[in-house]
Amino acid sequence: MSRITACLQRLQAKSRKALIPYIVAGDPNPGFTVPMMHKLVEQGADILELGVPFSDPMAEGPVIQLAHERALLHNVSLRAVLDMVKEFRQQDQQTPVILMGYANPVHIIGYQQLAKLAAEAGVDGFLTVDMPPEEATELHAALKAVAIDIIFLIAPTTTEQRIRTIADMATGYLYYVSLKGVTGAGHLDIDSVKEKLAQIRAICSLPVTVGFGIKDPASAQSIARFADGVVVGSALVNRVVELNAVDEQEQIAQSTQIISDMRRAIDAV
Amino acid sequence: MSAVPIERSRDVAGKKIDYQSVPDESGHYGPYGGRFVSETLIHALDQLEHTYKTLSADPDFHKEFDQDLAHYVGRPSPLYHARRWSQELGGAQIYLKREDLNHTGAHKVNNTIGQALLAKYTGKKRVIAETGAGQHGVATATVAARLGMECQIFMGEEDIRRQALNVYRMKLLGAQVTSVTSGSRTLKDAMNEAMRDWVTNVDDTFYIIGTVAGPHPYPQLVRDFQAVIGREARAQCLEMTGRLPDSLVACIGGGSNAIGLFHPFLDDAGVSMYGVEAGGYGVETGKHAAPLTAGSPGILHGNRTYLMQDDAGQIIHTHSISAGLDYPGVGPEHSWLKDIERVNYVTINDDEALAAFRGLTLTEGIMPALESSHALAYVEKLAPGMDKDKIIIVNLSGRGDKDIHTVAAIDGITI
Repeated sequence: MSRITACLQRLQAKSRKALIPYIVAGDPNPGFTVPMMHKLVEQGADILELGVPFSDPMAEGPVIQLAHERALLHNVSLRAVLDMVKEFRQQDQQTPVILMGYANPVHIIGYQQLAKLAAEAGVDGFLTVDMPPEEATELHAALKAVAIDIIFLIAPTTTEQRIRTIADMATGYLYYVSLKGVTGAGHLDIDSVKEKLAQIRAICSLPVTVGFGIKDPASAQSIARFADGVVVGSALVNRVVELNAVDEQEQIAQSTQIISDMRRAIDAV
Repeated sequence: MSAVPIERSRDVAGKKIDYQSVPDESGHYGPYGGRFVSETLIHALDQLEHTYKTLSADPDFHKEFDQDLAHYVGRPSPLYHARRWSQELGGAQIYLKREDLNHTGAHKVNNTIGQALLAKYTGKKRVIAETGAGQHGVATATVAARLGMECQIFMGEEDIRRQALNVYRMKLLGAQVTSVTSGSRTLKDAMNEAMRDWVTNVDDTFYIIGTVAGPHPYPQLVRDFQAVIGREARAQCLEMTGRLPDSLVACIGGGSNAIGLFHPFLDDAGVSMYGVEAGGYGVETGKHAAPLTAGSPGILHGNRTYLMQDDAGQIIHTHSISAGLDYPGVGPEHSWLKDIERVNYVTINDDEALAAFRGLTLTEGIMPALESSHALAYVEKLAPGMDKDKIIIVNLSGRGDKDIHTVAAIDGITI
C-alpha cells in the first residue's frame, strides 16, 4: 500500500480529513524548504504538496507565479526538488510528499529515469497539471512500475464520462479543482463543489481532495464537511513572503501558523 | 514558359508519407502536438474540436469564410513577380505572395476571420487573444469590432513598448489591451496569461490563438484557415508561369504563415521548402528564437514540439529584432516536417533581416514587416545559386509600417 493510501485510510478510520499544504520548492530560497516541510507536519499537515518551479506556470494565479519566479532565481530544478525530498526523508519517513508541477521539467528527464529518481528520493505521488490522462500513458506506466501514485485533476467542467476515464488511471486520490480559474482565485462556490463531489463519489471510490480558492480556516472547514482533504496553496505561499520576520525560523513559524488554525477548523467538522 | 508535369507524392526512406494524415484523431503530428493543458480546458477543447469538425463539413460555413476573405480581407492576395529584385540577385525568378496587402496588413486576419466565425457559431460573446508584434491582436480586435464582440488582448510589456502603433490601433478598435509583466514579458508570457483568462472565463469566452501552436485542435484549424495562402499561390503560379515553383520560403515564429503557404504544396515532390527562423544576434550567441535549428523537443502551451529550453526543462529567453518571431516554441506540424525532412529550417540574423527590409523597400517599393524580412533575406542567399528559369515564391506575410519606429530607432531617428 502506498504511503498516500495508508495515510488517507488512517485518517478515514479516525473520521479525520486530510490537510494538504502546498508550497513551491525553493521559495523564497532553497534552504527554506526542508525546515518548512517539517514545520508544516508539526502544525498538522497530513500530506505535503511541493510545487516544482517552472518558467511558464500556466495554471497559477499571481501569488504562486511569483513563488515560481523566486525559486527560479536560485535555479531550483526538478532534480534539486528531488534532493530536498531525500533530505526531508532522513527525518520523516511517514508523511506523503507529492510533486505538483508542469510537464516539461518531467519530460526532459525522461519518464522512466524520473520515476527511478523519484522512488529513490522518497516521492509518493506526481500531479502534472498540464498532462491529462490522454497524454499521461507513458508517465503513468513508469510511475506504476515504482509504486508512485499518479494524481489527476478533476475540474468543474469535467464531464461524467471523463471522470470515469480519469478514475481508471488515477491512484492515491483525486484532486478536485474547486473553481474555473487559476490557483488562488477568489470565487469559491461551496454548493457547486458539494454537488460535483457527489457526482465524483458515485463513480469512483478513491478519496477526493479539494483545492484552488481555499484561503482561510472557515473555507477549509466548509470544504472539509464533504471532501476527504483540503489543499491550501496561495494563502500559505502569500504568507511566506508577506511576513518580514526577524529570522528564517521565525518566518517559518509565523507563516505555518495558518496550517494549525486550519487543522483546528477542519477537526471541528 | 512551358508546362512541366507535376510530380505528386513523395517517398521518404522508401516509405510514402501521407501529409494529409496529420493530425491523427488525438491531435498528434507523429510524436508532436497533442493536448497538454489543465483539466479545466479539456471540455472546451473537446467542444471546439466537435464544432470545427461539424462546420468544416458544412458548405455554408466555407461559403461564409470565402466571402469574408474576398470582400472583407480583399483576397485573393496578388502573386507579384519582383522582376527588379530577381534581376539584381541574378538567379531564380522571385514571386512575392502579397499577404501584406490584406486588410490589417498581414496574413493573421485569414485565421481570425475563421476563428471569429467559429466563435459566432458557438454563441460566445467575448474573444481573447495573445499577440507579439501586435498583428494578430489587431486582426482579432478587427473581427471582434465587426461582430460586436467584447475583446481583450494580452501583450507582453516589452512588446507593447516595441509595437506602440499596433497597441493604439487595437484600442481604437475597441479592444482592451492587457500588459503582461510576468516572465520575459513577450509573446510566450502573453500566451500564458491568455490561457489563464480562458480557464477563468471558459463558459463565455473564445480564445483566438494566433499561430499554429497551442493544444489540439488549434494547430489544425489555424493551418486550415491559413492554407488559403498556399492554395492561391499554387493556382496563381500555375496560371502565370504554367508550372509549379521550385522553392517556397517563409519566416517562422509559431509558423502560421509558413504552414499556410507550405501545406497545399506538401504533395508536390519537386517543390523544396525553407522555413526561416529568427537567428537574432546569431545562433552561436544563444540569443535567438530558433527552436527548430537549435532547440529540442519539449512540452509548452498545450503541445509537444521543439522548444528553446535549458537542461532542466525551463524555457529560456528568446531574442529577435521582430516581436512576431520572438517565441521559444513552434507549431507541432513544423517539428514533424523537420524530422521527416520535408522542409528545411534555416536561420537569418537580425542584421540580415534589417538589410533585406531596406533592400526590398528600395528595389521594389514594398516595405516588408521585419518578420517577413527574415524570409526575404534567405531568398537573397538562395536565389543567386539557382538558374534564371527557376521560381521561388516567398511569403510576404506582413507590411512594415508597424516596424518603422524600430528601424528609425536603429538609424538614430526619433519619430
